[in-house]
Amino acid sequence: MDFKYLEHTADAEFVAYGRTMDEAFVNAARAMCGLIVDPAKVGASEAREISLTAGAPEDLLYDWLSELLYLAEVDYLVFSQFEVKITKSDGEYSLQGRASGEKVRPDHGVSLHIKAVTYHDLRVEKRDNYYEAQVLLDI
Amino acid sequence: MANLNVTKVSEDIYEVPQAAKPGMNVPGRIFLSDRLIQGLESGAVEQVANMATLPGIQKYAMAMPDVHIGYGFPIGGVGAFDMEKGVISPGGVGFDINCGVRLLRSELRHEDIAGKTNAIIDLLYKEVPSGVGSESSKLRVNDAVLTEVFNHGARWAVENGYGVKEDLEHCEENGDMKGADASKVSQKARARGKPQLGTLGSGNHFLEIQVVEKIYDSVAAKAFGLEEGQVTVMIHCGSRGAGHQICTDYVRVMEQAARKYGIKLYDRQLACAPLTSKEAQDYYGAMAAGANYAWANRHVIAHWVRQAFGKFYGRDLKMDLVYDVAHNVAKYEEHDVDGEKKTLCVHRKGATRAFAPGRKEVPAAYRDAGQPVIIPGSMGSASYVLVGTQKAMETTFGSTCHGAGRVMSRSAALKDVRGAEIQKELAQRGITVVAPNPRAIAEEAPEVYKDIDAVVDVVDRLGISKKVARLVPLAVAKG
Repeated sequence: MDFKYLEHTADAEFVAYGRTMDEAFVNAARAMCGLIVDPAKVGASEAREISLTAGAPEDLLYDWLSELLYLAEVDYLVFSQFEVKITKSDGEYSLQGRASGEKVRPDHGVSLHIKAVTYHDLRVEKRDNYYEAQVLLDI
Repeated sequence: MANLNVTKVSEDIYEVPQAAKPGMNVPGRIFLSDRLIQGLESGAVEQVANMATLPGIQKYAMAMPDVHIGYGFPIGGVGAFDMEKGVISPGGVGFDINCGVRLLRSELRHEDIAGKTNAIIDLLYKEVPSGVGSESSKLRVNDAVLTEVFNHGARWAVENGYGVKEDLEHCEENGDMKGADASKVSQKARARGKPQLGTLGSGNHFLEIQVVEKIYDSVAAKAFGLEEGQVTVMIHCGSRGAGHQICTDYVRVMEQAARKYGIKLYDRQLACAPLTSKEAQDYYGAMAAGANYAWANRHVIAHWVRQAFGKFYGRDLKMDLVYDVAHNVAKYEEHDVDGEKKTLCVHRKGATRAFAPGRKEVPAAYRDAGQPVIIPGSMGSASYVLVGTQKAMETTFGSTCHGAGRVMSRSAALKDVRGAEIQKELAQRGITVVAPNPRAIAEEAPEVYKDIDAVVDVVDRLGISKKVARLVPLAVAKG
């Protein structure tokens, strides 16, 4: 399982999984963007490169997903594919990422607008042999 | 009913004891009827308790009867903080800064509009873009204009031909909140705000044509210019991507600040900073700028609504602004605390200011009656106009509810409720709904919300605002 959605009265919440933190971040992006549009309907003709640094994995996840929402809105994009590489040095986490998608069109059937990523319940945790990332979105 | 750690204090008042959670500085107070508390989530009670752990909180961490689980503060949360010892928290305001609602009263009577609502709502839907996805605003805003909008809100709108000067007196903060500072707004928030001014947004935002069904308080109704059978228009929207980005940016800043100032957080979304700190002052400047953006937004939309009605009827119609209230905001206000007048930072997250007669913040025309409180119902249900009271000043820092409050998640709504069927059911009741797609209707279906009448009955019985008028929908355009 790459991710699962949790029940929440007003907002949307999910847990994403991955064998690595990179993979958990990719799956978190897929879980979030999958709420906006069916990725099967979205091509990958446009891409955006994303570079971020943060002091903790949770902050990095918050920044990564917030950046995707920002880019989608200002460039009128929907995303379907993601790549992430996270490195750690001197206590800082750095993310090099790429999000691919295309300009939003009416036939994408976008029906959900996500306002923002929240810090509520936000966690990135290493289990025995996999990572878990939980996120609550304000919708 | 979940196993809630609450005790009943008196009719419609429940307390979350200060001992419920270590670190609570005050008890919590939840204003709910015995019936409504049956549906309360334990997570919402937890969030009231979390609010109470914040430094400098005064009297009680409070939740209005439309309370439901959110993040940081619950929706319906009200918290007032001491200016010296207290904090400000973006999570106590929310992402949609100054999400709010305004009411226009028209000179039209129900009979003047009967049979025409379908055509008018179609026209409104066309004239007011939702601005979501590929659709963009009709306005072209440059950087200099955007700075003015952030700094002066609705005043910018009026000076540029959107609306009239009298409208400003009938907006909370005169639609131009002091302390707004565009220089504290990030480039990202500007980039999101620029193409979206004059757009409704999605989710629970709407434009609605209504008729005044019932007047409860004829004196206040007269002051507000409302009478039975009169057609009104309600506009519910906020600060769009600009506000969302301002909050996103500052939650991150506050996360660091809370650590720096040694504030223990039970929920990281409660990230906050002492009101005396630079971080707090920067956030306040940016938040007030976001609030001003929302007032300008509702002003521009109201202007287009007036134009659309004028176009339809072939003449200028009188459509005065009754009032415009903010639902998500933090403000410096003077309140009595244990017999002493104090300036406090009052956070309202999904709550409405409900100031008493005589307060200087209430417009001159309404000062004898009290501040109008506009409560939007959920799609297809009634809305209310209430009036602020002295009881609210004494009990809730001059606050009341803001709407019905959700009881069903969006995903559950999508499973249980079909948008097309709801549209048909509402049409049978004479209510037209236009929306971008059936899903947008299903997510906001009447049954996913608490009963608005029950919520309003609680605040009316408590006296923290009193019923003035009940408005019923004729046609809705959903964002």
